[in-house]
Amino acid sequence: MNNLDSSIINNKCQLYGLVTLRVLIGWHFLYEGISKIINPYWSSAAYLLDSKWIFSGLAETIASNPTLLTISDSVNEWGLTLVGISLLLGLFSRYSALVGMGFVMLYYLFAPPLLGLEYSRPGEGSYIIVNKNLIEACALWVLYVFPTGHIIGLDRLLTKLKSN
Amino acid sequence: MSENKKQQSNNLERRDLLKGLATVPVFGLFLAELWRKISRDAEKKSNILSGLVQDDSAPAIIKGLSDSKHLNIGIIGYGGRGGHLVRGAGFATTGWTDTAAKNARENKLDKQFQTFMDQEDLNCSLVGVCDLFDVRAEQGLDASQNEVRPGGKPKKTATRYRHYKDLLANDDIDAVIIATPDHWHSRITIDAARAGKHVYCEKGLTRTFDETIEVYDVVKETGITFQLGHQNRQVEANEKARQIVQQGLLGKINLVELTTNRNSPWGAWVWGIHPKGNAQTIDWDTFQEPAPNKIPFGEEALKRFFRWRCWFDYGTGLSGDLLSHDFDAVNQIMDLGIPKYSSSTGGIYFYKDGRDVPDVWNATFEYPDKDLTVLYSASLSSNEPRGNRIMGHDATMQMGGQSGGGSVHGFIVTADPYSTQYKDRLEQGIINSKYPIYTYSPGSKQIDGVTSATSKYFANKGLLYTYREGKRVDATHLHIKDWLDSIRSGGQPRCNIEVALHEGVACHMATESYLTGRRIEWDPVNRKLI
Repeated sequence: MNNLDSSIINNKCQLYGLVTLRVLIGWHFLYEGISKIINPYWSSAAYLLDSKWIFSGLAETIASNPTLLTISDSVNEWGLTLVGISLLLGLFSRYSALVGMGFVMLYYLFAPPLLGLEYSRPGEGSYIIVNKNLIEACALWVLYVFPTGHIIGLDRLLTKLKSN
Repeated sequence: MSENKKQQSNNLERRDLLKGLATVPVFGLFLAELWRKISRDAEKKSNILSGLVQDDSAPAIIKGLSDSKHLNIGIIGYGGRGGHLVRGAGFATTGWTDTAAKNARENKLDKQFQTFMDQEDLNCSLVGVCDLFDVRAEQGLDASQNEVRPGGKPKKTATRYRHYKDLLANDDIDAVIIATPDHWHSRITIDAARAGKHVYCEKGLTRTFDETIEVYDVVKETGITFQLGHQNRQVEANEKARQIVQQGLLGKINLVELTTNRNSPWGAWVWGIHPKGNAQTIDWDTFQEPAPNKIPFGEEALKRFFRWRCWFDYGTGLSGDLLSHDFDAVNQIMDLGIPKYSSSTGGIYFYKDGRDVPDVWNATFEYPDKDLTVLYSASLSSNEPRGNRIMGHDATMQMGGQSGGGSVHGFIVTADPYSTQYKDRLEQGIINSKYPIYTYSPGSKQIDGVTSATSKYFANKGLLYTYREGKRVDATHLHIKDWLDSIRSGGQPRCNIEVALHEGVACHMATESYLTGRRIEWDPVNRKLI
């Protein structure tokens, strides 16, 4: 699965579609990360405290423990930023697609839009089961199985350097 | 390598470089946009706040004087509030510490126990307890002996006194906390002051206007250190709000709206009647001694003993209990002083349970010399969180309550679309009147496990917890500490008798207006209500 199917490489529309998807998701991650880093008041606590379903207990443990909360804050801030840069530039983008998928799946699982779960923070759309986090996770899965960094992205130069 | 192949390889390298770096310009665009956003935000912020919010730092904990002299304190009235005050001094009943520790184990977000144990040891002992109900007096004694406390094993333990005069006769007692119903406040404060004891008295200051003046005079005359129980004086949000108002961020202020919104029997003072409360365990005759109307002990008396706030015989209902807090908070922020006029109306519209104090009540206070009206509106049958608002020509400060989608625990300042001060900035789009120009959210990086509706009400009002250097502290503890430190240093505590007089007179003006059905005027020369 390291290489794209030759039909995709040759089909510019499909290839550019995948690269665009990668760059857009990278941009989104990068800004989500940086906006948290530059906001001194940001904390993952509010999200964690509003957690419902199977991870709510874990979320509460993290939120109530200052050390765990600090770790959670840093992991989110820097994790999102690094995944964002990686996807945007196409550097190690296959791995970062996987890590990014992990992030958004966690966001989904900590607060899934299931029937009967009420959240106190205002929602920005209408969802049942499927929300934008889930869709973004799936998009990252697609990027993982159809990696493009070695065709358009810094991974290409890396591969080239290695082969030289 | 043939010329052709070399050419091909060069092309490949060029193509690799091109494709490898193809998305770098997007990254560049991102950075450029980010830079633009950061600069724009910074410019907005500096434009909005330049020269307005001078001190943006949180108040630090003032170095305590608690190590200088050990103080012996007595508590008169060890009810729910008395218990909280004594906890603020560092003494909790074993029942309380056991429950709080258990709650903390079961709910990691419940920080009550930790907040108590993290309190500064105020270097004092609880040596006297006076309560007319045996069960509560015993609880007070238990609190004085409990070793689970900040500072460890207490140095001394308390003696029970049947009557407050016996407690005051103990020369070892330096200071007393008075948390009885309001009808006892003035007598005990005056007797304590005359006995040379420093006084911490719960709000409302007194049951009647005349008592307020009397208490003021005696406190001034004896020179004791007096603190009125408005712990909001220690709340960081109020100090920050004061800075903002003083710096003119709101412009000319003509209207202040204060509200109370509660919707539970507890919030309407329908408190539990203790199963052990009876003629043997309660000294009813002493309890009702200063009350204008007396009744024999029985079922009605039990109700009155445990739910005393519902009757004018013992307190002033909403006025002394809740208006007093909000009035004092806005007095702290704006230096209001005593109003010239007050009117009030209301009625018993929901709790038709035999009470004689209103459960819906609205009062106005006029300050003609300040061009200002203060409105107070209270309901005990709706929880709609209206919050408090200081409304200026240039901006409005909303404190507590709801704004937009979220709950405001500190305050927000929003510019008025027709502001003069912000006219240019509004036109230039630097300020948008839809969004706050200043937000103060205490402990926004901290977690609160405040759960009950009433606790939330108080936390919203900033009465339960405040923050010092980002750490949660019980405002009541700080208020007690402020009082004890002032006793040691000879200084004035934050809610001293001068500001207590403002609260006392203002609240009694409103109560008087309700009871007489007419507008009440304050005569500052003769210190009378007209």
